Amino acid sequence: MYPFTYHQPENARKAATVAGKLEDAKFLAGGMTLLPTMKQRLASPANLVDLAKCDDLRGIEVAARSVTIGAMTRHVDVANSKELQEAIPALADLAGMIGDPAVRNRGTIGGSLANNDPAADYPAAALALGATIVTNKRKIEAEQYFTGLFETALEDGEVITKVVFPIPAKAGYEKFRNPASRYAIVGVFVAKKGSEVRVAVTGAGSSGVFRATKIEAALTAKFSSKSLEGVKMPAEGLNSDIHADAEYRAHLITVMAKRATDKAK
Amino acid sequence: MPVVSMTVNGKAVSADVDPRTLLVQYLRENLRLTGTHVGCDTSQCGACVVHVNGAAIKSCTALAVALEGANVTTIEGLAQGGKLHPMQEAFRENHGLQCGFCTPGMIMSAVDIVNRKGNKLEEKLIREELEGNICRCTGYHNIVKAISAGAEAMGG
Amino acid sequence: MSMSGIGAPVRRKEDFRFITGKGHYTDDINRPGQAHAVFLRSPHAHATINRIDASAALKMPGVLAVFTGDDLAADKVGGLICGWMIHSKDGSPMKAGAHPALAQGKVRYVGDHVAVVIADTYAQAREAAEKIVVDYTVLPAVTDMNAAVKPGAPVVHDVASDNTVYNWHLGDKAATDAAFAKAKHVTKLDIVNNRLVPNAMEPRAAVGDYDFGADSFTLYTTSQNPHVARLVLSAFIGIAPEHKLRVIAPDVGGGFGSKIFIYAEETVCVWASKKVGRPVKWTADRTEAFLADAHGRDHITHAELALDDKGKILGLRVNTKANLGAYLSTFSSSVPTYLYAPLLSGQYDIPAIYAEVDGIYTTTAPVDAYRGAGRPEATFVVERLMEVAAREIGVDPAQFRKKNFVTKFPHQTPVIMCYDAGDYNASLEKALEMADYKNVGKRKRESAKKGLLRGVGISAYIEACGIAPSAAVGSLGAGVGLWESAEVRVNPIGTVEILTGSHSHGQGHETTFAQLVSSRLGVPIDNVSIVHGDTDKVQMGMGTYGSRSGAVGMSAIVKALDKIEAKAKKVAAYVLEASDADIEFKDGKFSVKGTDKSVDFPSVALQAYIAHKFNGQDLEPGLKESAFWDPTNFTFPAGVHICELEIDPQTGVTRIDRWTAVDDFGEIINPMIVEGQVHGGIAQGIGQALCEGAVYNKDGQLLTASYMDYTMPRADDVPSYNVGMTQTRCPSNPLGIKGCGEAGAIAAPPAVVNALTDALGHENVPMPATPHAVWRAAQSTIAKQAAE
Ligand SMILES: Cc1cc2nc3c(=O)[nH]c(=O)nc-3n(C[C@H](O)[C@H](O)[C@H](O)COP(=O)(O)OP(=O)(O)OC[C@H]3O[C@@H](n4cnc5c(N)ncnc54)[C@H](O)[C@@H]3O)c2cc1C
Ligand code: FES
Ligand code: FES
Repeated sequence: MYPFTYHQPENARKAATVAGKLEDAKFLAGGMTLLPTMKQRLASPANLVDLAKCDDLRGIEVAARSVTIGAMTRHVDVANSKELQEAIPALADLAGMIGDPAVRNRGTIGGSLANNDPAADYPAAALALGATIVTNKRKIEAEQYFTGLFETALEDGEVITKVVFPIPAKAGYEKFRNPASRYAIVGVFVAKKGSEVRVAVTGAGSSGVFRATKIEAALTAKFSSKSLEGVKMPAEGLNSDIHADAEYRAHLITVMAKRATDKAK
Repeated sequence: MPVVSMTVNGKAVSADVDPRTLLVQYLRENLRLTGTHVGCDTSQCGACVVHVNGAAIKSCTALAVALEGANVTTIEGLAQGGKLHPMQEAFRENHGLQCGFCTPGMIMSAVDIVNRKGNKLEEKLIREELEGNICRCTGYHNIVKAISAGAEAMGG
Repeated sequence: MSMSGIGAPVRRKEDFRFITGKGHYTDDINRPGQAHAVFLRSPHAHATINRIDASAALKMPGVLAVFTGDDLAADKVGGLICGWMIHSKDGSPMKAGAHPALAQGKVRYVGDHVAVVIADTYAQAREAAEKIVVDYTVLPAVTDMNAAVKPGAPVVHDVASDNTVYNWHLGDKAATDAAFAKAKHVTKLDIVNNRLVPNAMEPRAAVGDYDFGADSFTLYTTSQNPHVARLVLSAFIGIAPEHKLRVIAPDVGGGFGSKIFIYAEETVCVWASKKVGRPVKWTADRTEAFLADAHGRDHITHAELALDDKGKILGLRVNTKANLGAYLSTFSSSVPTYLYAPLLSGQYDIPAIYAEVDGIYTTTAPVDAYRGAGRPEATFVVERLMEVAAREIGVDPAQFRKKNFVTKFPHQTPVIMCYDAGDYNASLEKALEMADYKNVGKRKRESAKKGLLRGVGISAYIEACGIAPSAAVGSLGAGVGLWESAEVRVNPIGTVEILTGSHSHGQGHETTFAQLVSSRLGVPIDNVSIVHGDTDKVQMGMGTYGSRSGAVGMSAIVKALDKIEAKAKKVAAYVLEASDADIEFKDGKFSVKGTDKSVDFPSVALQAYIAHKFNGQDLEPGLKESAFWDPTNFTFPAGVHICELEIDPQTGVTRIDRWTAVDDFGEIINPMIVEGQVHGGIAQGIGQALCEGAVYNKDGQLLTASYMDYTMPRADDVPSYNVGMTQTRCPSNPLGIKGCGEAGAIAAPPAVVNALTDALGHENVPMPATPHAVWRAAQSTIAKQAAE
């Protein structure tokens, strides 16, 4: 790691202020992405603003139509929340599939969304559920938020404070793990709300998470995995790497979509 | 350099450290608690697992400064009053280790699994819960057996 | 059988320190005043070094020194060596390029050692390393063996202008051609044995420490064979004569071959400790381990099996290209030759075998022994051929194997080996029974109902362990003798120290060796301690690899114990006032034949030291003996593994449903430890078959340089294993032991691939059979099923 100065503000407002004032500052959430990157000297912020003491960034609130999750809420707390398991079981389920138990004990939803790893799980949920990413400055719709590989609409010094997920009628998530890293090679989040079905795919797209409109159309006609029989996703625009080529990923999208639909609650 | 204080294995400790210091370095280099190991650079192998405030974390992926005031338990702190922890006993009894390098992390993860999932553990669940711990020697068979037996023993 | 003697599943003595976090691995060692080394590694697979400018690095805080290949050369530090001379078909010696510890003028793989920075702290050294400016002229890389041997390919070492280290062969070509000429059926197979990274969980580490007062060096290092390290560092590399160099290998966190070799980093640390006047420590991070630990396997093979009209094997023809990487690592040359081709007869009576092996240089990390070393590659060839041949001629694969098993011993194969004992049928029968082989059909139908493809695969492996006798391996080109040493020191109160040249890095020697001593001398195992891994304590030894510690290392102990018993009998004779011919030793007691006069072992030990009962001219005081054991033959563990698995053709995911292993390891000292060795080997074998593969791109960059991309088998990738044993005694050592350390890794890959191909209904699936590869392979299966 390169040297840095460490800051530990005790609320979100102070965190944003500190980060705004300092040269080359980065927020530290669970550190599960940022620290390995710094250890490998691929990131070298001069200032590290640790959000760990910002208690106002933590917590899960379930209202009639939406669930609000604080940015610093850890994956383990999302996975284990009884209220969330009632309201959006697919989201709790997804959080329980991230990494391993020790990673879930540290990693946060805010960190995951800020990082926008193209193989991360949360982006699929955020896009399919039509979440709103709330920052210290503004509210950003998921559709506008994810802008590319590891790219988001966030500006320098902007801190995610919470994420608001509308409660769907039914939703399901299924993930095909990269055998080595266990991130998603393909993750498909299927959500039905009223007559609308939204399907978001992570892991596969060469510019990050995206909506699978072909699958959405099939599921809108009838919300059943049978509707996806014979639906072939195009391989164009999908990733090819040593673990999976685009054709395989395209195929897996349909398979995972079927399984997510079967699981949807 | 900031002074970092925490409670490690029940003892108050404190040291002047560079902010870059990872928890695992703090333990190994400042406190000379070398039971916690480093097996990778990508936070995947689990050789470094310790408990912080009761939960398993990878000590290679946490800054010591960020853990000011934390309560840390390492493999060295598991045995109480000269008596091995039931999970340690179970690893020995079931030959759950060979070279011993992954073992501290395995045992700390195993105790955490029991804390979260209880004393009756299915083989499948144990295998899934071990996602973040890699062992090259044992083929996992005896680790799974040890955790199952250790879980029961922890139930008393 | 006593509770702690031979054959008992004694809980391991070494475990206490490991489960309490009190082990002592190399990285746990810190010497007063130590500095830290960081190696600057080549980012290029192939380049000439025009200039190295370390001036900026030297100005960085904490930096003590920056060294390059020139500094080593100026100090006359020799290059790393390859200790096994292989001759080509035409009799010419292998073409070994120089292997300097720090590059001289050229780098040949990504990760090759360019320079070392030594600084007060690791962070300082790392920062300074980034400030070294190296002017490279990048040359084209060559990672593919077929490309490397084409005319015009980039030349890795000038001594081998065609990148071919040797064209070696074994067997009788004419006889094999004749066998094929009369064959009724020939099975042909093209096989790729994938490149693996050993990945012991403990990364390599070294601390070099020079004592100016004594003018002597100490090297703490992660070694499987510290004495060989000392020998090489002294006699060949020239660090210091052996009596001025102590090598200590403390607790070692797994080896699997990768810690046999003498590497650049250890060499540089020990040398540099004198240069900078401070101890120098280096610990690899995992990325360095991926880049610069010697890799394993990496063969491409074409093989053919000739059968007569009754399904009897007539001959076997094998042509292999073996990737040796950019330099010849310590034992690399022997792995695809003498550790490979002599095993091509498998468990079968094959009248004629001819094997050709080309060793190839490429711009990739050196390749050397990895768990099994040559024998897994041979077994993969033989067992894939057997399976495919059985399928082609429409015979049950188990029956086909039985028909061709060697049944009479000793059996001389056409490829050097003389199998001394075994009962291959017994293992197969037992394995079929345990695997419920007869009901596989039913289970396949059940899987099919769920849309899954089920397959079963057999692997009947044989390995040659011990790697001895010395004279024999010497005649084949080995640079060292392959015996083992032991010293038994009985203390005056009857406790025992065993000094052994074997080394334990997970195998449990502290327990099994103590069991042997306990059985022989009747002392409790807690009164026996095992000393290993320190060249100052143990005289000379060859270390642990090739499953040799039981068969060779323990035999040396037996020999020393024989001497102890003989000497103790003499002492007892004085004590009991009898003639030593009348003394019997049993259950820890010396007694006079036909009387009730007896004395226990500790009392005899005490008498040996106080020497009051005998005259020093008639009998030397003390009770300490040593021995060297050089076996008369290799040992031949063999067995049958059966893998049964299910494929989800939708995703390509393979789930191993059951694993049956039946092994004949001869006599067993501790069944618990033996089973553990089998489990670990199987997991590594499954890893090779389903998960692991080192991938270089065309430019020679390693794409799988971390656990993000290199798939290590995890707990949910492997099943529980059903392990059984059969037993035939090994006649070539006093304990009847054959060795068990590598069996699983040897047996498993063909068992998995035979099961996969059974499930798929065709032979086209590569290793590692990742979900992606299996999904591809399943497409034609699905198409065929749909057509039917
Ligand atoms: C072994 C391992 C396995 C993993 N497996 C998976 C997996 O299967 N699926 C998956 O989705 N992820 C996986 N992850 C990643 C994990 O989920 C991380 O937790 C996540 O990507 C980042 O969250 P974090 O809280 O750790 O953020 P950090 O690492 O602390 O930060 C990540 C980035 O986000 C920024 N940031 C953090 N919080 C905020 C905020 N509130 N506002 C603005 N910016 C912020 C940081 O500055 C940094 O740039 C894995 C990680 C590891 C180590
Ligand atoms: S060292 Fe922490 S996960 Fe590998
Ligand atoms: S016991 Fe060696 S890595 Fe697990």
